[in-house]
Amino acid sequence: MTEEPVIEVEDLWLSRKGEVILEGINLRVLPGDFFAIIGPNGGGKTTLLKVILGLIPPDCGTIRILGGLPGEKRHLLGYVPQLRTFDFNYPISVREMVLSGLLGRKTGIFKTFNDEDTGLADKALSTMGVTHLADRTIRNLSGGEQQRVVIARALVGNPQVLLLDEPTVFVDTPTETQFYDILGNLARSMTIVLVTHDIGVIVSHVTKVACLNRHLYTHDSKELTEDMIQGAYKCPVDIIAHGHPHRVLRPHPPEE
Amino acid sequence: MTVFSLLGYTFFQNALLAGVLASIACGIIGTFVVIRRMVAISGGISHAAFGGIGLGYFLGIEPLLGALGFTVGAALTMGELEQRAEQHMDTLIGAVWATGMALGILFIYLTPGFAPDLFGYLFGNILLVPQGDLLLMLVLIVVIVITVGLLFNDLLAVTFDEEYATVINLPVERLVLILLVLIAFTVVMLIQVVGIILVIALLTLPAAISRECTSHVGTMMLYAVLLGIVFTTTGIFLSAFLNIPSGATIILVSAAVYGLVLVKKRLADR
Repeated sequence: MTEEPVIEVEDLWLSRKGEVILEGINLRVLPGDFFAIIGPNGGGKTTLLKVILGLIPPDCGTIRILGGLPGEKRHLLGYVPQLRTFDFNYPISVREMVLSGLLGRKTGIFKTFNDEDTGLADKALSTMGVTHLADRTIRNLSGGEQQRVVIARALVGNPQVLLLDEPTVFVDTPTETQFYDILGNLARSMTIVLVTHDIGVIVSHVTKVACLNRHLYTHDSKELTEDMIQGAYKCPVDIIAHGHPHRVLRPHPPEE
Repeated sequence: MTVFSLLGYTFFQNALLAGVLASIACGIIGTFVVIRRMVAISGGISHAAFGGIGLGYFLGIEPLLGALGFTVGAALTMGELEQRAEQHMDTLIGAVWATGMALGILFIYLTPGFAPDLFGYLFGNILLVPQGDLLLMLVLIVVIVITVGLLFNDLLAVTFDEEYATVINLPVERLVLILLVLIAFTVVMLIQVVGIILVIALLTLPAAISRECTSHVGTMMLYAVLLGIVFTTTGIFLSAFLNIPSGATIILVSAAVYGLVLVKKRLADR
């Protein structure tokens, strides 16, 4: 295992107002991983992503993104935030919004978009299946359409790593299934870190799983062991198999 | 008094020119103010200008230069404090707004001799705009146009989604401060036209109306500039013919059109 991790977190601690939110987090995401971080609401999942992105300074610990500090390299990641940090009434078209995702890669004072950029934007929109919305104003989109555009904005620069924070909270179940199929395809060409409270989404594409509830429980594999889940959720959790023919729990050992 | 005889006067030509210059600034910066919801902060910046005007009288320098110093200072203070002191912008605006006015009153009280005509600064008098102020306005407008022209896409990204702009490593803090300083410049240009107290109306109404007509930021700016020119010119003529205060007239014309647009929109939505 000499592969350089794309994201490396070592002994990360964070507390807010005297309460420990993240304790001793160690995380290594390797190139090609489809890494799912699951855990209950309030377990620190969104906070962990924000610390990785340098939006929240940790109390201690080191974070490396693509071998550099978050402030140096984070523009090379694609990020899909959980909460809407923008105003949906803002007068901006879908294509303009997706193009804005490229600004961080441009240098110089005067930043304009050329045909190549527009091509990248249209490709990202087509990946998310929303090419037909390109010229619409974002305020005229449905929740699911908006979410596709938000993901397209993260994809526009062909990032090596895609960070998604609860990407399916705004969409209905059929769209959700579609989303995970799209993510499965993307996982062939990029590393994906997916954060969700929903254990049910650990679908066949995911290659590694970790559970987060202040502490990060990880086994470096796609298997969710019961002690990981119990550790994170602090209570027994029923796991119900859904559409995908894939086990996330180890088969029960034969009776002794 | 006919239109043509009015146009023959230098003071009237100056007034019209000042109206056009102010409208350009208003249209461009007002668009950001409206879409980023910075109306209140603009109010804070403009009222802080009163402190600078008072200081100008106290020191015997041009009051508008004092206002320029105070508005830029207020803009940078609010921007920095919001990021560093983790205070709500709301609270900071209240503090800066009132402190600026209080300083102005104090400086003017301390200035020996007759109390100057404050009414012009509070409510504007575009018919009395001096040649020197026109020059200052021209310089400010050039700075505003060049800065927004160069940073247009960056400013768009930051006013649209500040957190994402941070994640893609744009210099968010610097861009926000630049925008605040541009608002300060615009406020100074508007003081002569509509006065400190009425500034926010001229800054927001043309942009708010043009927002109802387009959903593209560049087009919105263009429409807002044109609307501003129409409003100021109409206001100047009306105030000259009817012999009523110019600043108030300009604002009332703008507000009336805004009201009509809202009513029309309401009817169209039915």
